Amino acid sequence: MGTDFLQYTITGLTVGVIYAMVAIGYNIIYNVTEIINFAQGEFVMLGGLFAAFFVGTLHLPVFLAFFAAVIATGCVGFAMERFVIRRARNAGVLSLIIITIAVSILLKGSAMLGYGKDPHCLPAFSTRGPIMIAGAVLQPQVLWIFGVSALVVIALSFFFHRSFYGKAMLACADNPIAARMVGIPVRQMVLLAFILSASIGAAAGVIITPISLMDYDRGAMLGLKGFGAAVLGGLGNFYGALLAGCVLGLAESYCAGYLSSGYKDAVALIFLLLALFFKPEGLFGSEAATLKKF
Amino acid sequence: MQEACCPELSSILEISDVQMHFGGIVALKGIRYAVPPGIIQALIGPNGAGKTTLFHCISGLIQPTFGHVLFEGRQIDGMLPHKIARLGISRTFQHVALFKSMTVLENIMLGRHPKTKSGFWATGLRLPAMRREERKILETARYHLDFVGLGDSANLPAGTLPLGKQRILEIARALATDPRLLLLDEPAGGLNIRETEVLGDLIQRIRACGVTVILVEHDMNLVMEIADRILVLHYGSQLASGTPMEIMDHPAVIEAYLGGG
Amino acid sequence: MNKKDRWAFVGMGLLIAVFPGVALNVKCISHYVDVMVFAGIFSLVSLGLCMLMGYAGQVSMAQAAFFGIGAYSSGILTSRLGWNPWMAMPAGAGVAALVAWIIGVPALRLKGHYLAMATLGFGVIVHIILGEEVKWTGGPSGMVDIPGLQIAGWKLTSEVAWYYMIWSVVFMALLFCLHVIYSRVGRGLRAIHEEEMAAESMGVPTACYKVQIFVFSAILSAIAGSFYTHYVTCLNPGSFNLMWSIRFVLMVMVGGTQSLWGAILGAVLLTFAGNEWLQIFSDFEILVYGAMLLCAALFLPGGLASLVPKVIGVFRNSLTHLCKR
Ligand SMILES: Nc1ncnc2c1ncn2[C@@H]1O[C@H](COP(=O)(O)OP(=O)(O)OP(=O)(O)O)[C@@H](O)[C@H]1O
Ligand SMILES: [Mg+2]
Repeated sequence: MGTDFLQYTITGLTVGVIYAMVAIGYNIIYNVTEIINFAQGEFVMLGGLFAAFFVGTLHLPVFLAFFAAVIATGCVGFAMERFVIRRARNAGVLSLIIITIAVSILLKGSAMLGYGKDPHCLPAFSTRGPIMIAGAVLQPQVLWIFGVSALVVIALSFFFHRSFYGKAMLACADNPIAARMVGIPVRQMVLLAFILSASIGAAAGVIITPISLMDYDRGAMLGLKGFGAAVLGGLGNFYGALLAGCVLGLAESYCAGYLSSGYKDAVALIFLLLALFFKPEGLFGSEAATLKKF
Repeated sequence: MQEACCPELSSILEISDVQMHFGGIVALKGIRYAVPPGIIQALIGPNGAGKTTLFHCISGLIQPTFGHVLFEGRQIDGMLPHKIARLGISRTFQHVALFKSMTVLENIMLGRHPKTKSGFWATGLRLPAMRREERKILETARYHLDFVGLGDSANLPAGTLPLGKQRILEIARALATDPRLLLLDEPAGGLNIRETEVLGDLIQRIRACGVTVILVEHDMNLVMEIADRILVLHYGSQLASGTPMEIMDHPAVIEAYLGGG
Repeated sequence: MNKKDRWAFVGMGLLIAVFPGVALNVKCISHYVDVMVFAGIFSLVSLGLCMLMGYAGQVSMAQAAFFGIGAYSSGILTSRLGWNPWMAMPAGAGVAALVAWIIGVPALRLKGHYLAMATLGFGVIVHIILGEEVKWTGGPSGMVDIPGLQIAGWKLTSEVAWYYMIWSVVFMALLFCLHVIYSRVGRGLRAIHEEEMAAESMGVPTACYKVQIFVFSAILSAIAGSFYTHYVTCLNPGSFNLMWSIRFVLMVMVGGTQSLWGAILGAVLLTFAGNEWLQIFSDFEILVYGAMLLCAALFLPGGLASLVPKVIGVFRNSLTHLCKR
């Protein structure tokens, strides 16, 4: 029994961290633009598939492929902002929702066109065999996942609190008009936000692919669950997202293990609905005023 | 909660100790004031004094952090805005908030909302009661349209009117709810002298119908001409109150408006 | 209803009435009657969604879920429990209405993006349930042998009969919606869309109206779902997934969010596109949908319906020019 529990915990934390990274992607764009980017999940899918392509077809080493995939997806984020979102800057909320959904469909369709419907795989980052902990199996890749996401969170905290660009981005979120008046190039900050969040999504996609494979159809679900983590953690809140992502991942994993594997996808969504309905400011965002801070 | 209700209410609106905090900003620092019925009560003060915020508190769009608002002796803070509208308080907005793609007449017809009741299914099925009601709505709306003198633009989209007429239309829409208390937020903002005169006339005619008017306005000529009483706000607190004559000579008011800048 | 709508109503009525007569006599489009039955079914969904999106200004990505609730309620009640389809239909609508109300009351307090995500999440949950409750729904492989419809003991078997029945239902729904739009409630809804705060201050119970419209759109979707079930007589969860919700939104967007006529036009166009014209793209029609959605939102926010007055204007101008000469 104990072994099972440990195993489920490991699995849950692994996917949870991925959800958290998707949530962080939402947060970055939300922080700067107050847009919820419905294409966020597709970035994860793209990251995984790009990496599979770089390794499988171009025979790049896995680490190079990681960075190449992150950069390639970052370019997709760039294109999305530059050619689509920027055109719609005066559109209402309804149009923006539709537009990001449209982009997500386009990305998904293109991925299907380029990679087909079959799942793609990626070799693990290190070739070491699985580690046994009290009977539970720990893939070394899981450690990579924890490591990369920890790095991302720390780097982002530094970026937003120390660097000029990061602070400028926060200022845009706080009050775009005032930010423009003190000379912060708001459009560039929005662009940067899209690139950043696409790259982070891609990183999540690359590190999870060796464990769970990747196919064109995964984006929507990852996006939804990631959004669940973002809301549960308080939209805009990084550490909240990390914690909430883990909570969702664990809940999902225990549900799959002890209750019903068919309903495991519903668990995170039910959390999402409950959070939206009863605590839209999130578990860790205390007040509406602090919604945008982290 | 309130003092024993006297048969003849001496005030239609009572604001008791209303405070409004936005995060760290205190927009209203404990307003305590009573408006007698049947008058034009002006509410003046420099930009950011909290006038609009006070209107929001009265009409229920925001909840005061502390304190109570009593309308005809009844506590209305905490009620939803549409319920308050139903009780007989209506308002206009500083930044004209018309339904721009609806016609002028439709805008006023919407104002009949609190006085009518046919629901979703009744309207979809066009039940006889609903048709009767709809005819009445049209009739009343036309009456209000003529009352404010917009009869000739009845079928234009509201967004196409010039600002002056939009402000008048907003008042007509508010009147259509048959209010006993009407809150006007800078109705003369952006109007020229001629239009302002017409507006002043209109407000006085509204008072003549027995509606109490609270008027937020920066145009001092208009205020001095038509207001019966004036309340001066300054950084969220009451600076002075009284008749126009008293206010004009009030040293603190002169200081706030001319000194300090 | 104003004059223009009355004319449009009569015009569309005539068009719909003569369509089978034309289509059935031209060989290569004779199967269009069948496509039009689907178009009618989807029109019901898009009418409800149009009321919600265009008039109340709220977006729902869960219409496929309500469509599915109606469809499966009918399917299960008739084929497993032996109900009469005409009894199962209102039962399905009732279930959908109840679910919509439970979801709608908290969800419609949410604005814009949040509401879209909440309905999206809800839609996916329903889809998962349809796939998992194998005992009732048949799971991923779905249900077969669902009875068709009968009217007064007469079996509806021909496509033409279905066509006329479904389009009369669409006309009734359209009439209902038009009445609502040009009335007290409709004005309230349009007011919410334009200036929610002002509407609320003028006595419009905004929260209550939004929930009512949401429930109404769910009921229409569920009824459409029931008709769908009895027309195709088999079901599988694939017809009720997220992509279908997006398609319904697309129907409304293409036709024009602010026009009930546009909603029907959009439903017809997209049904033809999906069932006929885009077949050559097979799997990649998803790309075409994405592109259409993007273009509609970016370049044609008023939808096709917004072009109609412009086209009529151009036509009129050139006509007066001709007359002058
Ligand atoms: N929603 C809000 N959040 C934060 N602060 C607010 C909000 N609404 C108003 N304030 C602040 O409250 C104060 C009073 O604002 P208010 O709009 O009531 O002033 P006003 O007297 O109507 O000024 P004006 O003459 O310019 O209309 C201002 O300092 C304003 O910045
Ligand atoms: Mg003001």
